[in-house]
Amino acid sequence: MLRRTPLFRSLQQNVRAPRRLYHVSVLPSLLSVTSPEFMAKSEAMDALVADFEAKVSAARLGGGAKAAERMRSKGKKLPRERLALLLDPHTPFLELSALAAHDVYSDNVPGAGMITGIGRISGRECVVVVNDATVKGGSYYPLTVKKHLRAQEIAREHGLPCVYVVESGGAALPHQANVFPDKEHFGRIFYNMAQLSAIGIPQIAIVHGISVAGGAYVPAMADENIIVREQGHIFLAGPPLVKAATGEVVDEETLGGGLMHSSESGVTDHLARDDEHAIAIARGIVSDLGTAGGRPLPPLVQPEDPVYPAHELHGIVGTDLKQAFDMRDVIARIVDGSRFREFKKEYGTTIITGFANIHGYPVGIVANNGILFSQSALKATHFIELCSQRQIPLLFLVNVTGYMVGSKAEKGGIAKDGAKMVRAVACADVPKLTVIVGGSYGAGNYGMCGRSYSPRFLWMWPNAKVSVMGPGQLSQVMSQVSKDPTKHSKLKDEIEEQSTALYATARLWDDGIIRPVDTRDTVGLALALSARERGGRRGTNGSLATWDGDGKGYGVFRM
Amino acid sequence: MPYDAISLSRGLATAVASVRKPHFDKILIANRGEIACRVIRTAKKLGIETVAVYSDVDANSMHVQLADEAYCIGPAPSAESYLRMDKIIDVCKQSGAQAVHPGYGFLSENSKFAELLAEEGIVFIGPPSSAIVSMGSKSESKKIMEKASVPVVPGYHGDNQDPNFLLQEAEKIGFPVLIKAIHGGGGKGMRTVFDAASFHSSLESAQRESLKSFSSATVLIEKYITTPRHVEVQVFADTHGNVVCLWERDCSVQRRNQKIIEEAPAPGLSEEVRGRLGEKAVEAARAVGYVGAGTVEFIFDCDSGEFYFMEMNTRLQVEHPVTEMITGLDLVEWQLEVAAGNLLPFQQSQIPLVGHAFEARIYAENPRRDFLPDSGNVVYLSTPSPTHVFAPLLTPVDSAETASSTTSSSALSRTVHIPSPAITPSLRLEQGFRAPGTIGVFYDPMIAKIVVHASTRNEALRVLRRALEEYRVVGVNTNVEFLRALAGHDSFKKGDVETGFIKKHYDSLFPIATEPDSRLLAQAALFVVLRDHPVPIPTALNTPWTTLASRRFGGDVYDRIVTFEVAHESAEEEEGETTPKDPERISVNVRIFNGGLFDVTVRAPQGETEFKGVTAQLASPTAITSTLDSKSLRTTIVSQSPPPSVPASREPNANERLHVFSSDATGLGLKTTLVVPSPNWLVSLGTDVLSASSHTSTVKAPMPSVVVEVKVLLGQTVEKGDAIVVLESMKTETVLRARKKGTVKSVGCAKGEMVPEGRVLVEFEEEEK
Repeated sequence: MLRRTPLFRSLQQNVRAPRRLYHVSVLPSLLSVTSPEFMAKSEAMDALVADFEAKVSAARLGGGAKAAERMRSKGKKLPRERLALLLDPHTPFLELSALAAHDVYSDNVPGAGMITGIGRISGRECVVVVNDATVKGGSYYPLTVKKHLRAQEIAREHGLPCVYVVESGGAALPHQANVFPDKEHFGRIFYNMAQLSAIGIPQIAIVHGISVAGGAYVPAMADENIIVREQGHIFLAGPPLVKAATGEVVDEETLGGGLMHSSESGVTDHLARDDEHAIAIARGIVSDLGTAGGRPLPPLVQPEDPVYPAHELHGIVGTDLKQAFDMRDVIARIVDGSRFREFKKEYGTTIITGFANIHGYPVGIVANNGILFSQSALKATHFIELCSQRQIPLLFLVNVTGYMVGSKAEKGGIAKDGAKMVRAVACADVPKLTVIVGGSYGAGNYGMCGRSYSPRFLWMWPNAKVSVMGPGQLSQVMSQVSKDPTKHSKLKDEIEEQSTALYATARLWDDGIIRPVDTRDTVGLALALSARERGGRRGTNGSLATWDGDGKGYGVFRM
Repeated sequence: MPYDAISLSRGLATAVASVRKPHFDKILIANRGEIACRVIRTAKKLGIETVAVYSDVDANSMHVQLADEAYCIGPAPSAESYLRMDKIIDVCKQSGAQAVHPGYGFLSENSKFAELLAEEGIVFIGPPSSAIVSMGSKSESKKIMEKASVPVVPGYHGDNQDPNFLLQEAEKIGFPVLIKAIHGGGGKGMRTVFDAASFHSSLESAQRESLKSFSSATVLIEKYITTPRHVEVQVFADTHGNVVCLWERDCSVQRRNQKIIEEAPAPGLSEEVRGRLGEKAVEAARAVGYVGAGTVEFIFDCDSGEFYFMEMNTRLQVEHPVTEMITGLDLVEWQLEVAAGNLLPFQQSQIPLVGHAFEARIYAENPRRDFLPDSGNVVYLSTPSPTHVFAPLLTPVDSAETASSTTSSSALSRTVHIPSPAITPSLRLEQGFRAPGTIGVFYDPMIAKIVVHASTRNEALRVLRRALEEYRVVGVNTNVEFLRALAGHDSFKKGDVETGFIKKHYDSLFPIATEPDSRLLAQAALFVVLRDHPVPIPTALNTPWTTLASRRFGGDVYDRIVTFEVAHESAEEEEGETTPKDPERISVNVRIFNGGLFDVTVRAPQGETEFKGVTAQLASPTAITSTLDSKSLRTTIVSQSPPPSVPASREPNANERLHVFSSDATGLGLKTTLVVPSPNWLVSLGTDVLSASSHTSTVKAPMPSVVVEVKVLLGQTVEKGDAIVVLESMKTETVLRARKKGTVKSVGCAKGEMVPEGRVLVEFEEEEK
């Protein structure tokens, strides 16, 4: 557990080894930033990053100028304006999956019609879920639901209060089969709200516009809510449906307006004059949360910038995954003071393990430097156990083609050694973070804490790829199992397209694409969230949705 | 008389001990504010113990803190504290003070007080009561002066009030003439007549007005001087019959008949005129057997070059520091010397006149609203750093060759000796007030005096202008900007002063306020942005959620729009009915990049300006340093929050205001006030609070004041325009009247009560229409 008493912390600082002993751990950098290879890689990454920035900046505009104007003309603030007012001025905002639903549906649904992220409200970090009513009226597509649920999952894992900024017509009807019935569909939102509330994570909703049918339950399920008068509406069925069902003719305001709900039905707790007022009330509510939802913990040591500039990451990694690079050069541009205390440096050299600090927080890094052999897997397993024992969060820096194949490897027991690493990752008793900086293929994806291994966050660089196997191997495998070459190339193209970061992020296989230069700060903010002293995180039955640690041990390692 | 002894000595330090009487051991200062502090400083310099007296509201004021002992002598109103002779005498006895310094105002020219002190054996540091009496009456003093051949304004002051006789007298004096009520004041019962034809009608109206205001129709006729100057001479007399003059001061530029800027010597006076002025002033003082510090005021006719006696002030005046600066003397020290019975430290011929000095008085007032006094809480005060506490030491004129001169007139008539050493400019600050504090309604609203001295008039003015630029007040309106404009006015710089100066140059002294420039707006916006930045605790470990201020990812940039309105000080404010038109809003977009650089776009009505790659830091909570367009700037910005209990509205006072003091000379004046408008919802809530009582109407105190009279009773019906409450603030009475017909529902104040701004005094139930 990351609980530390202040006394313990001060002891830690007092017994800290003198700094001068550490300088041996500063990673050297022998890069030539003027070499043609470096410059070519850098250029390629620059182009990819620029393309990513252009796509995100387009997505940030939501439904576009016309829709924005329509909202403004009604005296409403735009979703991003609401968000800006809600957050403390001049604090960071860690946006999640900004390119969700990118090129997924026949309709353009920027950001899946929703903005989610973690930001500071009244001095405490909260998960914020904002419906973007400029995108299809804020209705829920399948990926909108997924994005909403993912935000709630993050809230649960970190003990973060949730603020829902509501303006949505509910499920997108044409997609209802993929929105409504299944376990991880619409209903799960309210199931989560109930459970989050039960485990002491405050749920706050602001109703800025329509909140109808299933959507009506967001404010109704919230612990405390706010409605904007003559603008927010909550009802199970709108006036047309009511007329059809009962013949009653009634206007929206009477049926579910802010004044009615605040003074008669009691569905809402606060009646606001306008968007800005509602948000001001919400900020007040968050400041009155007391100790609910836990509290942040500062790092143990003073943060330090890396010695080397972050923008060199472009030239180090490049976009061609076939070109190898030394992951230490990446680590040197992410960690505090470029200091890295490497563990088992000379053993299983295709994986790098060691300790570092990011923004002052200690972190154990597991990074790929080639294909995974038995030795590499054993070393990683050992290191993960160390981190579990010491309660140091894990950061996986991923660039893996997979575990070694071939008779030698099989005889060496690569399967059982790989399984040890996978087991260790799955059962590690600490929060895990994953950044895919290159490829994440095959079983390597499991061992390096892919999405299925529930890292607290998973981010991809714009050049990253994730798929069942690398494109080269894929062609070979295909040619052996089938005879139709046209089919092969079509499938190969398909799989290649599906393995891109853009394809992955659109489907929420990650929490967003990050620019290489943003890695350090993104990971730092996440580590700060992981270090939170979690309030009543455990439910009444003691179960958790996601397992990181919880002191359950590892089960049976196959020796 | 030991003249030789004193003339051989060089100043006080070496004065022959057997001749000099010791100073007092302990004195009481029967005053407050800057003059009390001024007297205490000199007393401290001389090792004399000081006793302060104070009223309830002054308990924490500077003069109380500076003094060795302090006694409370009653509640705030002067009549119950600073004017209570009995209490002050009691304190003298209690504390063992041997003498009383009255300062100026209050009891300084009260002959009865001087007498009472004398009866108790306490020394009054001032003239004998007989001199106070003689000079206290305008008519008597003029008679004395005429006898002593001091020129007085030609006129008729007799009892014959026959209109035709008065006309004859007027013709004898020569037009234009002034008809003045004998008991008059404040311009009432006063008429200027330019020819015989309009004499009778003017006389009649003057008499009628006088009768109404002062219950006496008696008038006097005097020569009217078209372009007069106010020139006064500082005189000093000891108990041994010696009188000297410490040169003159010019105090011509006045508002509401009160001085605001004074200088010494008077500009453009010939040595001959200066000599004659001094001689006549000394004669005037002699004529009444004067002792101590006194000022003989003359009216100086710019057209003819003649001057006439007006009155003599039998006290140390507000503007005495300008005389100190050019003579290098400490006049309070001289007063103590004289009061102790010693000879004047210098003879006339020894008194230097070096360089040029100015004094500017900083008042809490509204220059654009006819200089109406202001009051309130001073939330911020920053002053220039003074170089001197007392006047800089100047070498007394070597008097070896004039040792035998016994009459000062001979010394005066000689060419005045002005040494021309390279004197360094000096700056004195006379303050009796510290911020945060309140400028109350009970006393004079003067905040401070800035006194400067330099070798020439031009140089002194330059130093004064600079000092005024550095004098920054937030919380009350002041005349600082006006004084700065005055000190920079071409005619003033030329020395073309006259009592009608402000009226004559009104337009150029009060330029139409221009819109603030984009650089200023950019800085104000950056100030708003920077002060909201989370501040990591330097000694503690901070999470990146604190240290990564404004951090955005994926190429996103944090941007913020700051909105301002410009608060113009309006020349006239109409009562009640005005619907404040919405001032045009200025929006400033500040984009914050991860490296700590800013792009600032100012969108003002006059256009859009963009500043790229700006750096900015808060140097202190009230100062911002920035680099705009490669120009490094440091600007003081003070935020003033609205009083928390005032419901939000669009009134500038109900919003946050930023006072920007720009040293960047843009011709905008020194202080620009920007309103940070409250959000609409807050105003909407405020409107509800205000309209909740819409069926009842209220009369509220427009400023902190004293209730003089409550003119209504509970249940009484009032008509529109009826007087409800009479308030007094800053010596000005205000009558609050009913805006509509109604019935008095409640009365929330009582006679004599001190009420804060915004207090509901009377509530009405309005009649249905």
